[in-house]
Amino acid sequence: MKSIIAEGLVKTYRKGEVKALDGLSLDVEEGTVLSVLGPNGAGKTTVVRILTTLLTPDSGSASVAGIDVIKHPEKVREIIGLSGQYAAVDETLTGWDNLVMFGRLYHLGKKASIARADELLERFSLSESARRPIKTYSGGMRRRLDLAASLIVQPKVLFLDEPTTGLDPRGRQEMWGVIEELVKGGVTLLLTTQYLDEADQLADDIVVVDHGKVIARGTSDALKRQVGGERLEIVVDQAHVGQTLEIVGRVSGATATLDEGLRRISAPVTTGSTALVEVLRALDDAQIHPLDVGLKRPSLDDVFMSLTGHVAEDAATVEQAGKGFKGKKEKKEKNREKGGRS
Amino acid sequence: MNALKDALVITRRQLLQLARVPEVLIFSTIQPVMFVLLFRYVFGGSINTGQPGGYVQLLMPGIFVQTTAFTLAATASGLAEDMTKGLIDRFRSLPISRSALVFGRTLGDGLLNIVVLFVMGVAGFIVGWRPTSGIFKISLAFIFLLAFGYALSWVGIFAGLSARDARVVQNMSFLITFPLTFLSNAFAPTTGMPRALQYFAEWNPVSTMVAACRELFGLKNQFGATAGSFPSEHPLTMSLIYMVIILVIFVPLSVRKYNNANKK
Repeated sequence: MKSIIAEGLVKTYRKGEVKALDGLSLDVEEGTVLSVLGPNGAGKTTVVRILTTLLTPDSGSASVAGIDVIKHPEKVREIIGLSGQYAAVDETLTGWDNLVMFGRLYHLGKKASIARADELLERFSLSESARRPIKTYSGGMRRRLDLAASLIVQPKVLFLDEPTTGLDPRGRQEMWGVIEELVKGGVTLLLTTQYLDEADQLADDIVVVDHGKVIARGTSDALKRQVGGERLEIVVDQAHVGQTLEIVGRVSGATATLDEGLRRISAPVTTGSTALVEVLRALDDAQIHPLDVGLKRPSLDDVFMSLTGHVAEDAATVEQAGKGFKGKKEKKEKNREKGGRS
Repeated sequence: MNALKDALVITRRQLLQLARVPEVLIFSTIQPVMFVLLFRYVFGGSINTGQPGGYVQLLMPGIFVQTTAFTLAATASGLAEDMTKGLIDRFRSLPISRSALVFGRTLGDGLLNIVVLFVMGVAGFIVGWRPTSGIFKISLAFIFLLAFGYALSWVGIFAGLSARDARVVQNMSFLITFPLTFLSNAFAPTTGMPRALQYFAEWNPVSTMVAACRELFGLKNQFGATAGSFPSEHPLTMSLIYMVIILVIFVPLSVRKYNNANKK
C-alpha cells in the first residue's frame, strides 16, 4: 500500500513568476524510506510543506495514509510527524519543557506527557541536558530534540526536511543512527536531503528533483550506475604521468583521463577499492610513488551532471520566496529578545 | 474545550519563558517604573494642575495606558520570532485548534499586564499617587486597562505574524506606539498643541482611555481639550467602542493570518 501519494503538484509564488513545483509526482510505499534529493531551491521543502498541510498547492493532489491533505488537513495532522530544516523548538525553554508542551498539545494529558518526554529524552541521549535551555544545546542536540518532538505520538508517517543540513560530521552520524533506529521501527519516512551519501545511507528509494520536477527515480545503486559509479583518482610526478595513464587505463578497463594542470589521472571503476589496490600494486611494481590517491564516490553534482547536464545550481531565490523556515540562516546571531517591552 | 486547553498550554509556555529568562519580566517592569519616577520628578514640579495631590494623580493613568500600549511590541516580536524559527509551522502541523496559539498568547500577555500594572501601582503609591474613588471604581479602572491591553495584543499578534524579522517589528511597533501615547492627554494638556494635533489627540484612543481612567480614579480630566466633543465628554463609552473596533478587526485578521502563515 502507498503511504504517501503526490500527483502533479504545482506551486507558484509571486503570481506565477517563481515556479517552486512544476507538476511533481511521487509516492512512498508503506514502511519504506523515500529520499527526495535535490539542490537548494529544487522544491524539496515545498513538497514537504504541502504534504504536511502547511501549504496548499495551486493544483495537483496529495494524500498521506490514504487521507487527502487538501480536504482533510486536520486528520492528516493527527498521524504525521514533521521535523523541519531548522530546529523548531522554543529555545528559551528546556528540552523537557518543550517535549512536555508538545505532549500536552497532542492532548496526552499531564502525566502521559511527562512520561513520554522522559522516555524520548532518554532514547535520544538527551536526558542529561533535559533541564537546560535549548539555546545551550549543540546543533546535533537541537536536531535530535526537534526530531523527538515530532515523535510524541508515534506518527504513521514521518517527514524530515534536511535533517542534517548544517550539522558537523559527528552530528550527522548521530542523526543517521537515530533515523535508522526509527526506520527499523517501521515508520514510513520521507526525507529530503542535498547529500547523496545521506540518501544512500538511509533511503530505500530516491527521487531526484530539480526545478520542481522529478528527474530521476530509483534505488541509490541504480542512480549511481547511471552516474557511472566511483572514480579512481591518482596524482603523480610529471615524469610518470604517461606510465600511470597506461596503468590506470589497463586496470579500470576504461579510458583514463588526465587533468594536466593537477597531474591527476582519473578513470571510472566498478570494483571500487579492489581496483584501487590493483592500481597501487602496479604502480609500486613500476616504482612510481603517487602523491595522492583516492576513490571518489559520485556526488550530487555528478548525479546532476549526468541527469541534467548542468551542475546543481543554487537556486536559493526560489526557496526563499516560498518556504516557511526562512530567515533562519541570517539569524545566526541569535537576536534574543532582551528588553521585552522596551 | 480542547481549544481552550491548547490555548492554556501556550499561555503556560509564555509564563515558563518568563521563569527561564526572568530578565524579561524585570525589564518589562523597570521601564514603566522608571517613567513614573522621571515624569513625576522632572515634569511634576513645573506643571501646575491646580488639583489636590499634584501632577502625579494625572500622570499615573497616563502611564498605565502607555505601558499597556507598549505590550504590543513584545507580543509582535515574540510572534515574529516564532515565525522565523519555524515554531509556528510546527504548531500548525499539530492537531490543535488553529486559534489556540494566538489566543493563548493574548492570555499570557494579559497575565503579564496584571503583574506590570500592579508593580506600577505600587511605585505610583510610593511617590504620592492616591486614587480617591474607592475600591470598586479603582478595580474597574484596572479591568478596563487590562481589556485595553488585551485588545492591543491582538494588534501585536497581527503585526508579528505579518513581519519577517523580530527586531524590525519590535522597533516598528515602538515607532508607532510611542508617538501615539505622547500625542494624547496622557502627560500634558492637549490645549498646548497645534490645532491639528489637538483634534488627533482628542480622538486618540490613548486619550479616551486615559480620560476614562482618570474619571474612574476620581479625578477631573483636566488635560482634555475642547470641551463638548464626544470623546472628551464620553471617554468611557468611546474607549469601549475603540476596543470593540480593534477586536472586531484584528481577531479575525490574526486568526486568518495564522492559518495562512507562509502560504503567500
